[in-house]
Amino acid sequence: MNPFNYDTEQLLHVAHQVRRDIVRMVHAVNSGHPGGSLGCTEFLVALYFRQMTHKPEFDMNGIGEDLFFLSNGHISPVWYSTLARAGYFDPKELATFRKLNSRLQGHPATEEQLPGIRIASGSLGQGPSVAIGAAQVKKLNGDDKLVYVLTGDGELEEGQVWEAAMYAAHHKVDNFIWTVDYNGQQIDGPVDAVMSLGNLRAKFEAFGWKVLNCDNGNNFASLIPVLDEAKSLTGQGQPICILMNTQMGYGVDFMMGSHKWHGVAPNDAQLEQALVQLKETLNDY
Amino acid sequence: MKDFPYSESKDTRSGFGAGLLELGRTNPNVVALCADLVGSLKMGDFIKEFPERFFQVGIAEANMIGLAAGMTIGGKIPFTGTFANFSTGRVYDQIRQSVAYSHKNVKICASHAGLTLGEDGATHQILEDVGMMKMLPNMTVINPCDYNQTKAATMAIADYEGPVYLRFGRPVVPNFTPADQKFEIGKAVMLNEGKDVTIIATGHLVWKAILAGKLLEAQGIDAEIINIHTIKPLDTEAILASVSKTRCVVTAEEHQFNGGLGESVARLLAQTMPLPQELVGVDDSFGESGTPEQLMEKYGLNEQSIVAAVQRVLARK
Repeated sequence: MNPFNYDTEQLLHVAHQVRRDIVRMVHAVNSGHPGGSLGCTEFLVALYFRQMTHKPEFDMNGIGEDLFFLSNGHISPVWYSTLARAGYFDPKELATFRKLNSRLQGHPATEEQLPGIRIASGSLGQGPSVAIGAAQVKKLNGDDKLVYVLTGDGELEEGQVWEAAMYAAHHKVDNFIWTVDYNGQQIDGPVDAVMSLGNLRAKFEAFGWKVLNCDNGNNFASLIPVLDEAKSLTGQGQPICILMNTQMGYGVDFMMGSHKWHGVAPNDAQLEQALVQLKETLNDY
Repeated sequence: MKDFPYSESKDTRSGFGAGLLELGRTNPNVVALCADLVGSLKMGDFIKEFPERFFQVGIAEANMIGLAAGMTIGGKIPFTGTFANFSTGRVYDQIRQSVAYSHKNVKICASHAGLTLGEDGATHQILEDVGMMKMLPNMTVINPCDYNQTKAATMAIADYEGPVYLRFGRPVVPNFTPADQKFEIGKAVMLNEGKDVTIIATGHLVWKAILAGKLLEAQGIDAEIINIHTIKPLDTEAILASVSKTRCVVTAEEHQFNGGLGESVARLLAQTMPLPQELVGVDDSFGESGTPEQLMEKYGLNEQSIVAAVQRVLARK
């Protein structure tokens, strides 16, 4: 049972605030990754405020909870904001993002013991392996909850993800849902120009996965039925993959759909221009 | 010079296999993973008795390290098994981020370390692994010397919370450590007390140090011999107590000078008690194919090399 179980209207309310948090956080330190963070806002908000069974009183082992792992750790702003807004820590702490002595490192880490983080990520391609290991231990422990991982699409250029994909199918890790943020962008340009992924659906299917498509991961009406379906397909001997189409920078018009805002912070004027598009719904930190 | 009687020679990797089996029976949280080298790592008995706690990963070491890190979440204690080369160099970034930086309770168990892997040659003979592992914050580095000590170490690291690199090897070597000797992480084992020189050895070089001690005795040189099975954290107290008495030291290891035990000892002495030190190890070179004995002789890792190093260091005393 999710501790919030929000409906779409309530989820939208949270998503607006998370987006404000993201642009304010990266602006404040003039660094960080707003593009992918904005693009995955609906996904993170849906997981923490509707889909997952989880406890904001954080416990590393997470027995009896659904677990989420962020493999593309550079979109830490959206995760930090979502965790704070879900009650894992005080939203005021978002002001320390990327600053000296902060628990909110540039990329997620366990060293400073920020509630909600179970493994460091940032060097890409490692999250699926970690999450699959955690999923297998859930089975060993007789724990029927699920494990989620999010990767980027450019991240799929790392070879380790395909080792993990092969393993999960072979070992029938069917309590596991891998979502790919399929925004088609990476630092150096469109994924198709940098290193095309070809037919991603066919690739995952050939590895033995059940693959679902989400037409618009920036629309709760499109996203939630897919997340529900993924959950309903667990326990059937196959790992589940969701190819989630999103727009990098979604919600801020001048950041949308381009790789240019992958890892660039807005200046003062751009921040103002962004914030007028994003309603303050839960009080700025 | 004390005698070190032994009834048989065995490989250290079999000590790992025996320790893992024992752990399977005594600690239900222990799980094991292997990257297609079950026979080489002697994991067969564990797998036979605890199939549900064993995970075959295939030839995918990066995935194995990530899986192991994830398996700690939920309370398991994963032991990964493959050759030392594939346990470290091939997966350094995975160990760095998902294990060491993330404080995960993973035991990276590495066989076929060093030149004594033999005929396979330099692609497989890693001589840099201790350096890579000891540089990682949070990582403990252990290199036991014989079957009994490797078995005891395997069991001891399950009771320690945190990442461990456990290094062992392929060849059979005299099994002289008492079977009931307690393994204490970070605590040196005094093998022979002496007054003229301290020999600090780790792994397969411990037995070579004992052989060297006997040769030195015939020359009237009284060597103190210390088995440093834990390279990190280093037992600085034991080393300083010995060297303050003998006033000189020789270190011996199956590893490059760069990044090895000798460097750790040199740093300790430089900062606290600058005294002459000579090093036995590999001098910035890869290995090659050959029998373990041939390689240990060619690369200067046998008892004669230790004796020569002692003579050099005594001349500098």
